Amino acid sequence: MIHDQANYEREGEDVREPLLSEKGQETVDVREDSPLPDDLTREELTLPNPSEPETARHYTRLSQMNWAIDSGPYPLGSCTMKYNPKFTEDVAADPNAAIHPDRSARSAQGNLELQCRLQEVLADIGGMDAVTLQPPAGAAGELTGILVAKAYHEHHGNDRSEVVIPASAHGTNFATAATAGYDVVELPSGEDGRVDLEALEAAVGDETAALMLTNPNTVGLFERDISEIADIVHDAGGLLYYDGANLNALLGRGRPGDMGFDVMHYNVHKTFATPHGGGGPGAGPVGVVDELAPFLPTPRVREAAEGSGYERFEPDHTIGKVHGFAGNWLVLVKAYAYIARLGDGGLSDAAAKAVLNANYLAERIDLDVPHGPFHHEFAATAGDRDAADVAKRMLDFGVHPPTTKWPEMVPEAMLTEPTEIEGQSSLDDLAEAFNLAYADTDEALDAAPNRTAAGRIDQVGAARNPRLSWQALDGE
Amino acid sequence: MSWANGTPYAPHTDDETAAMLAAIGVDDEEALFDIPESVAFDGDFGIDARTEREIRDECARVFARNDDLTEFLGRGHYGHYVPSVVDHLADRAEFLTSYTQYQPEVSQGFLQALFEYQSMLVELTGLDVANCSMYDAATALGEAATLADRVRSTSGDTVLVPEQLREGKRAVLENYCDGADLTVETYPMADGTADVDALADRAGDDVVMVYAESPTVRGCLEERLAAIGEVADETDALFALGSDVVALSVLESPEAVGADVVVGEAGALGLPTSYGMGLGIFACRDDFLRQVPGRLVGASEERAPPEGARDGGAGGADAGGTRAYTLTLQTREQHIRKERATSNICTNQAWVALRAAIHAATLGPDGLVDLANDCVREAAALADRIDELSGAAAPVHDRHHFREFAVRVDQPAAPVAEDLEKEGFAVHAIGEHLLQVCVTDLNAGKTDELVAAFEEVL
Repeated sequence: MIHDQANYEREGEDVREPLLSEKGQETVDVREDSPLPDDLTREELTLPNPSEPETARHYTRLSQMNWAIDSGPYPLGSCTMKYNPKFTEDVAADPNAAIHPDRSARSAQGNLELQCRLQEVLADIGGMDAVTLQPPAGAAGELTGILVAKAYHEHHGNDRSEVVIPASAHGTNFATAATAGYDVVELPSGEDGRVDLEALEAAVGDETAALMLTNPNTVGLFERDISEIADIVHDAGGLLYYDGANLNALLGRGRPGDMGFDVMHYNVHKTFATPHGGGGPGAGPVGVVDELAPFLPTPRVREAAEGSGYERFEPDHTIGKVHGFAGNWLVLVKAYAYIARLGDGGLSDAAAKAVLNANYLAERIDLDVPHGPFHHEFAATAGDRDAADVAKRMLDFGVHPPTTKWPEMVPEAMLTEPTEIEGQSSLDDLAEAFNLAYADTDEALDAAPNRTAAGRIDQVGAARNPRLSWQALDGE
Repeated sequence: MSWANGTPYAPHTDDETAAMLAAIGVDDEEALFDIPESVAFDGDFGIDARTEREIRDECARVFARNDDLTEFLGRGHYGHYVPSVVDHLADRAEFLTSYTQYQPEVSQGFLQALFEYQSMLVELTGLDVANCSMYDAATALGEAATLADRVRSTSGDTVLVPEQLREGKRAVLENYCDGADLTVETYPMADGTADVDALADRAGDDVVMVYAESPTVRGCLEERLAAIGEVADETDALFALGSDVVALSVLESPEAVGADVVVGEAGALGLPTSYGMGLGIFACRDDFLRQVPGRLVGASEERAPPEGARDGGAGGADAGGTRAYTLTLQTREQHIRKERATSNICTNQAWVALRAAIHAATLGPDGLVDLANDCVREAAALADRIDELSGAAAPVHDRHHFREFAVRVDQPAAPVAEDLEKEGFAVHAIGEHLLQVCVTDLNAGKTDELVAAFEEVL
């Protein structure tokens, strides 16, 4: 197996594709032709001034030095890198949908209708009663959900100070609870990798506002005791928050609402295949049970009295807003198109094939997988090898490696999620990349990667001597 | 292949599925699920699978139910013409379908593009550090407040904002302040911009951050930014300035007026009008580097490889020392620092930042400054024409304006806006007798028609 990534190395120079600034900048005298008085304006502005052909070539070359799901396997555990169907881009690009958010409801009936339809299918998929589309990403959805829980408790004269989170949870859960002003109570994982009921009993109490839980959890295990977990939390007066990062594994077979969860977010780029765009935009709709609906962000959207279309309204006890406008609209449209394309059968099959692929891949690799039965993802251990080094070596074999060194309950973890989009031969290639890298010599691992646009990058130096702009590189 | 009722985006043939199941040692896929019967779902969602063509038709029909209006709307969300090259380059699958750059060696392209975006913001703000995106201007403002709370040494808990501020932006700010036990209060404005004397009277030890905008929500350019910065400085509060990426290209440098943090909207470049989807700017002084929320891309070098260890290939046998890019200072972030992170943000607006950077490159500094100057000229020209109409006065505030301005109408504003809508135009009704009108290169060609419609309905 061998793979060379494009590399626009310049002979005799220490750069690859030069920065736009290195290709030529121009300084403009801002005041020369300004309609504004001098004391309101800057003197000059210096920015790159490439021609359009140069711009096209620059960004095309950059794109060729970038791995993507369309390049090959991208089995980042917890990140759910699915293929992003092309037609959803065309649906979202409809100029009729490109309207301003301050339009009157009566002149924006089309967008309001699509919002309503998406809210309804998301509520059905999650087993929830009401959905807001406003949160612009999964973590923003978490914050929305926890603020809704907080407002609910406060409304009932019941101030609580703690959010309980399993140690294996996503980092965003902890940061979200802190952002909402809660103290975090970390729940140690049980020996089997699941929530330990005794530890949970000990952790929850009068101060518990919510338990944040991912199910299947971050090593792919279903929390089989979910009903007991829900009872423990509810008996203490707390709410149960579902982190939707792994909902893709449950589609058609389990719904958070049926398991006792009160509030959840959906990660549309994970479950509903919207493109991740190198870091975003995402969208993090939030679903709640009826009791929490009055606290959702404003405005909500609903079908008006029969025959009079759709309307916005302010929930009675709304937490206010979590995004300046209506969230990441273009992303939401793509999610709707994906759900419509798959329908009940496709959604259910997507979960089945994702779980099949994870189990098949785990069977084919030489690394040990300590926890099971897992669903759509598994945490293999690199044992006495350094998981990060094994990952770097995998890059040379033309695949993207899994998430490394997380969750921490698995030593030298390689959290792997192939998703449903890989076929058997692709999974065989992926397994071979795992096995070749895992068995390689220490020297080879240390030297990897070799065939990528850049060799191993000095991360420590980057943090120790931060250079965050081309201005900071001046003089180098 | 048999895709009956299955996902079209999984490549498994029936034979392959059978072979894979056999390799695992189970009879069917259901045997792989470990969901207790008591919580299993065996119902239907009732969602019928449709073809691509059916969905495109269906959504096109739904979107066609939006009225075909010429929008003169702004107040924080702006549409400019986005050149075709932006779509074509940003839509390259290598960008669009990539993830966060956790393996920088195969992600140099996106990392460099984000580094260039950060650099553009450094030029526009004059500040040393710009992150590679927040969700939008409102959430960026919320993050600025929590940063102020962390870095300010005294025990204050008040964030001062102008009384004229977009309601939704303030509501978002309040949600970020809630968890940090901060209180949002307003300072008065005088004729559309900050009443700096009143602000100075209000400022005190309890204030952790003073926020001002230029342009304001009503499009006014703030004339006394440096004085606001001094008020903030005297009380040891942070000065956060809100602006937008186009305005910043001509306005006095935030660094020069004493801004500690710049937040705002950059989606005016790269994004068409998109129902409020945005791109949050976050830039700050070097002093706060380790308190910055969100992702930062830094320059570094390829590590020199161990002697003789390379097996050739693209990097070359004697590589090492070549500049390369990576996400950096990640110990600030939630995936490392958990509840002690500077923010809970993970997924951001990276692809929108890429779009803004491409758009800016396409314009160059000349084109960007021209675009900004047109935002001033078009607004002034349209205000003059509306001012000539009987029953209307514009601009309401005797200030320089950027893209938009308030209009006072003798009649109640809401019915006027409704009547304009019937004539095919959307404007904001912002008060009992106040409208707001926003003009950009997208609607500048329709101002004659808008003025005629105003004449009709006033």
